[in-house]
Amino acid sequence: MKLILDEEQAALLKTARQFMDERSPVSRVRELRDSADATGFSRALWKRMAELGWVGLNLPEAYGGSELGLFELCLILEAGGRNLCPEPFLSTVVLGAGALMAAGTDAQKAAWLPRVAEGDAIVALASDEANSRYDVCAIEARAELDGDGYRLSGEKSQVLDGHVADLLIVSARTAGGRSDREGVTLFLVEAGTPGLSVTRQSRVDGRNAAIVTLESVEVGPGALLGAPGAGCALLETLRQRAAAAVSAEMLGLASAAYEQTLAYLKERVQFGVPIGSFQALQHRAARLFIELELARSSVLAAARAADDDPAAFPELAALAKARASELVIHVTNEAVQMHGGIGMTDELDIGFYMKRARATAVAFGDASFWRTRWADLRGY
Amino acid sequence: MALDEAFGDEVRRWLEEHAPRSLRGTRRGRFDGFWGGRKATGVDPDVLRWRDMMAERGFTAPTWPRQYGGAGLSAADARTLDQELARLGLPPAVVGFGLTMIGPTLLDYGTEAQKRRHLPAICRGEIRWCQGYSEPQAGSDLASLRTRAVPDGDAFVVDGQKVWTSYADLSDWIFCLVRTDPAAKKQQGITFLLIDMETPGVTARRIALISGASPFCEVFLEGVRVPRAQVVGEVNGGWTVAKALLGYERSMIGEAIGGQLATSEAQLVSGARRHLGAAAGPLPDPSLRDAIVRNAMDERAFALTIERARQGVQSGRAPGPESSIMKVAGSELKQRRWELAVRIAGPAGLGWEGPGFAADDLEATREWLRSRANTIEGGTSEIQLDILARRVLGLPSGKEAGR
Repeated sequence: MKLILDEEQAALLKTARQFMDERSPVSRVRELRDSADATGFSRALWKRMAELGWVGLNLPEAYGGSELGLFELCLILEAGGRNLCPEPFLSTVVLGAGALMAAGTDAQKAAWLPRVAEGDAIVALASDEANSRYDVCAIEARAELDGDGYRLSGEKSQVLDGHVADLLIVSARTAGGRSDREGVTLFLVEAGTPGLSVTRQSRVDGRNAAIVTLESVEVGPGALLGAPGAGCALLETLRQRAAAAVSAEMLGLASAAYEQTLAYLKERVQFGVPIGSFQALQHRAARLFIELELARSSVLAAARAADDDPAAFPELAALAKARASELVIHVTNEAVQMHGGIGMTDELDIGFYMKRARATAVAFGDASFWRTRWADLRGY
Repeated sequence: MALDEAFGDEVRRWLEEHAPRSLRGTRRGRFDGFWGGRKATGVDPDVLRWRDMMAERGFTAPTWPRQYGGAGLSAADARTLDQELARLGLPPAVVGFGLTMIGPTLLDYGTEAQKRRHLPAICRGEIRWCQGYSEPQAGSDLASLRTRAVPDGDAFVVDGQKVWTSYADLSDWIFCLVRTDPAAKKQQGITFLLIDMETPGVTARRIALISGASPFCEVFLEGVRVPRAQVVGEVNGGWTVAKALLGYERSMIGEAIGGQLATSEAQLVSGARRHLGAAAGPLPDPSLRDAIVRNAMDERAFALTIERARQGVQSGRAPGPESSIMKVAGSELKQRRWELAVRIAGPAGLGWEGPGFAADDLEATREWLRSRANTIEGGTSEIQLDILARRVLGLPSGKEAGR
């Protein structure tokens, strides 16, 4: 399995790094937070990313995409992760477009994917509920047959980018009880559908999430995404892909927090010497470096397997997400500690990294969730 | 690509036709095989035949130049060869510190005469080498070594003591760091010497370890006369050679550990099933289950990192920072693995020898104890972290900073 970048991939990563440094420095995330921006990211920048081909990266050419793999998308996510870029890659590209590609009809795909690729449509997956934790099948929202359509009721929580989504992919039970694997069905629900209300939530990472409430929302038969009752399998597939993708973002996040900390160890003087000359700190910095390298190999392997080796992908996705989740917590905890008092201040960017680290570590299953998944896959 | 495949096909056919049947399926790792040397007795004739046929083609040191007994293969072809050996479960035909440590160092720093004398003998496993680095007063601070070599005509006379010399009692030659200029700064008065262990004044003695069996020896050097022609590099310039060799040693240790990883998860799971009485299904002890997963994930990540480093080098890049983590990450991984094996065994892991204990559990106990040395030998983890911090991370040294 190829674990290094070819020339085109290296060039893509370089372009993405430059773009993020020029157009999306961390100060932008701070401004969005401080101004309580209603969107929480920049539509203009998203449009620009679409023009660069990044939004439709994984989509077929017929829908305006460039048919590249998750590996390439991960390079962009890594570059974005370094600067905490808040644009809706995970919601719209990985989950939203991913769901449409995996289960959508030609009509559904034709209606939405070109708009996604152009940066005009935001898509969100409204599936998790307040008590779901990491169980994708733990769904209590209901969908009742109503003529040839359905009537949806329930409440979804922490829907990524739900507050600005043009299209919501909603999970609801057409059969079964709370955690049953069978009986979950997915629906496409457009923003503005009567009975649908969206309330923005405030999270520790400042990132966009919303409560989506459905009160007898009527949808037609064309809203069904995939076969009725078979939604859990699709949700699991999406989560696996999202786990690999967010691991790339986490790798970027951890690398940047680490580099900032290493620079601080070299410049901060106490007792007349740079604190980076103290062995206690040197060894901890070296250990973080080792963890970063091991995580990097895992993330690269998972992204590559997503494209080239589907049989190996489940294990490697578990490996990448478990490692990256522990990595980001470890690195950002150490980053704050090694910066000392200044690390606790809001003035420094490190706090933003720490908060985003926590959010990504929890997203799509935390480290122990994915370790359990590994044991299940390996038959023990 | 076509050339690589042609080589692979040719080697596969040759091995399938000629490799001794008795050795197929006996491979344990890339560094587990015939150690050779003048003291090797009672060796299986098939092992010798295997050594002869492989050495004949230069395949015991595939990347070394042909004139010194190698096959002059590219790194890619050498890997193909190794994969073919692994596929048939064939052990390497010759192993040892000649091939992994002193040989590569001589290729870099040896005189033409030294290369011609020593490299072909290493390739054929005729001479077994050991490493005379550490001393009782010079462990992590290796450069403070005290073994003295005093010029006397066309020779040096060596007096001192080496310690932790693996397999010194089974070896024929020792590569040795000695002090030739006691007045110079400590790194600058060191010379790298090759010494025949049969020279009068050399004695080796085994050291008993906490794990029982031990490859480690003390080597005593008393008035040992060593011709000047056996200096590698410059007199008083041995530290440069010594560090180059340590680089080879570190990569060997990393690779050796990488090769042992493949089966550990299955062994730990089967141990857990046996000791927990759970033949199938999820292991009933969730904490042990999680520990086994952590170990398996660490191993997978480590193996992937070795592979990534290899691909980077193969694509023409200088060894990247990932290669500098191998020794510390690999040795700690190995420790955690055996620690976990003993933890899984519970009371059954307390066996030392004799009846009442399963062979697997006895092995785990000995390996657990032995593995405690992994983070000490070949440069302690603390020294590796120092090296990483200074050379890779560019952090200032405490001394330079004026402490």
